[in-house]
Order: sequence, then C-alpha cells, then structure tokens
Amino acid sequence: MRTGLIARKEGMTRIFDAEGRQVPVTVLKIDNCQVVGVRTEEKNGYVAVQLGAGKAKVKNVSKAMRGVYGKAKIEPKQKVAEFRVTPDNMLEVGAELCPSHFIVGQYVDVQAKTIGKGFAGAMKRWNFGGLRASHGVSVSHRSHGSTGQRQDPGRTFKNKKMAGHFGNETVTTQNLKVIGHDLEDGLLLVQGAVPGPDSGWVLVSDAVKLPLPAEAPKPAALKGAAKVETVTEAPADAPAEAPAE
Amino acid sequence: MNTLQKFEAKQLQKYATKKIPNFAPGDTVKVNVLVREGAGDAARERTQAYEGVCIARGGHGINASFTVRKISYGEGVERVFPLYSPRIESIELVRRGSVRRAKLYYLRDRRGKSARIAEKTGGWAANEDARNEGKE
Repeated sequence: MRTGLIARKEGMTRIFDAEGRQVPVTVLKIDNCQVVGVRTEEKNGYVAVQLGAGKAKVKNVSKAMRGVYGKAKIEPKQKVAEFRVTPDNMLEVGAELCPSHFIVGQYVDVQAKTIGKGFAGAMKRWNFGGLRASHGVSVSHRSHGSTGQRQDPGRTFKNKKMAGHFGNETVTTQNLKVIGHDLEDGLLLVQGAVPGPDSGWVLVSDAVKLPLPAEAPKPAALKGAAKVETVTEAPADAPAEAPAE
Repeated sequence: MNTLQKFEAKQLQKYATKKIPNFAPGDTVKVNVLVREGAGDAARERTQAYEGVCIARGGHGINASFTVRKISYGEGVERVFPLYSPRIESIELVRRGSVRRAKLYYLRDRRGKSARIAEKTGGWAANEDARNEGKE
C-alpha cells in the first residue's frame, strides 16, 4: 500500500484526448506536499506517513504544531493528513511528493468533505418526489409524506429518510481515472468530478478496488528525483466511449 | 490568473492551431469534420463537410462550442461542435446572416420560407470581412 497525496481542487474543465474526444477533468494541484512525520509499528502501533500540503503563516500555526514542523525542519503546512502504508513503502521526513506519483491511466480514490447544504428537505436530500401541486394538497408541496404504517408497528423505523443536515460530510469517490499531469505547475488531472468545493483540500490515493499498475513508482514519486515531462494525453487504448461530439 | 485559468490557457494554445473565422449566430458555416471509417487496422480517416446555419454559440475559451442546424432529407438536424475540437479540420464561413437574436432556437419551429435568414451585407462583421479580403 503506497501513500496518497494531499491536493487542492482547482476546478473542472475539459481536455481532448488523443482520439479527439472531450474528457471532463478535475484539476488537482499538488502544492508543497511533504512528509511531516512518520508513524511506526514500534512507536505508534501502526505504520503511516503524515503528509502536509500548502503553506501556512507561522502566526496562524499553534505552538504544538510549530514544534512538529521545527522537528521535521519544514515550513508550516495548511493541511495535514495521515496515509496508512505498508512498511516497504515508508518515506523519509521532509521528502516532497510529486503528481507523477499517480501514473496516467491508473485509477484513484479521492476523499473530501462535500459542500455543506445546511438543513435540507427530503426532496433535496433524498430526491423524494414531494406532494402534488393541486388536488387538495395545501402548504405541504415539498414535504416527505408518510413516514410509516399504522398502529402496528406504531412507530417510525430507524434510518427513515427525512429532512435534516445535508452535505459537509466526508465522501470518497472511487475509481477515477488519471488522465494526465502538468509537472511544471504540479497538476494532476482526473476524469470526472471529485467531492468538495473548489480550492478545498482533497486526499488522493490509489484505488482500493482495482489493482495498482506495476509501473507505478514505489514507494513514491519524489520531487527532484523525478524527470520533468508534461503529459496531458490519455493513452490511445482508452476504453471505447461514445464520441463526444 | 488562477491555476485553472492558466491551465486552460495552456490547453487552448495547444488546440488553437487552425484558423477559426469570425462567425456568429445566423451565419451559414461549413464544418469539415474528421470521420473514421471502418474498424481496427482498416480504419481510415476522411473529412466530411457539414453545412448549415449556426444557431447558437456558447462557452468561453476551451469550453467554447457552437450549434449548426440544417435540414437533411426534410428532417431538421442539429450538431453541437466544440470549437477547438481536434476532430474539426476547418470551419468555413459561407454566408453572413442578418439576425437580431443570439440564440436562433425559433428556427426549430419554422419550415421553408419562414425559416430563411436574410443575408447581412453591412455592419461591423461585413466590413471586417472586406478589410481581411484586401489583406489576403
């Protein structure tokens, strides 16, 4: 199990692949993604790397975290997250990761907090149909309707879909295809949408449900070691899709 | 310029290889589209012309697209093309049309004589054409 990356969602756009098809992509920026700390079996009881990304002002960083960054001898980070790894994929503190960690054509899972919608009704939250516009319905056109049966069972079952807080929850989108990189600007392009608002932080990791390609760099693609190349073309042998035009 | 705009500008530079005429809704355009024939090794590409009235333009930058409507064997056909698609070999401006709308969706409800668009002979675009003709 390799480490993932912390990225910032820049937004969505489209590119044209080698066949000329339009591909909707989300642009993710890998910004100063460095190893802040490591977790080992002996000391912590589990194996993981702690990554940090972005750049935080020193005045906004707590004293405790300043100590952590001081020990690691790196600049303060905006976002810190841990990724579980196997011991052979361990990284050194201070190593900077690069978007080519994920190779073109492989699949990734992207985790982020969705946009908060506040208290939402059943129509928005669960796609309920609501009540009729006429035929005697009054005031309750967007209500959820019945929530159960009669005296038997005499209660509403647990987990009944109702109005309530919607959004602002952690969601993982699985199996997004990596379409390309822009190593100059540290960008990673994945096909399709990822959760969360633009300029929000997302965690990108290898897809858990699909095998990792053998060519994927292990333990990780580090900046400085990697050769700089700009690839934005999807491989020509991409699975056949309907022409985009 | 934010990261996304920078990325889109870079992409646009890559795809904006062909010369795109200055056309607007109401204009008749001829789009030369690359089509693939056959499958596997026997596949070969040729261009197919699609000529009709541009009824809408949309999007900006790399997301720009345009809609072309024509009557094919008595049946109305509309195709939406991404302006910078590599599948478009070239776009030719056939005739300028005089219209007062940005989206000509009303043409969908018209047939024959009432679906005609008068040719635009004056105005900024026509003057621009005349100037460009002199240059080339």
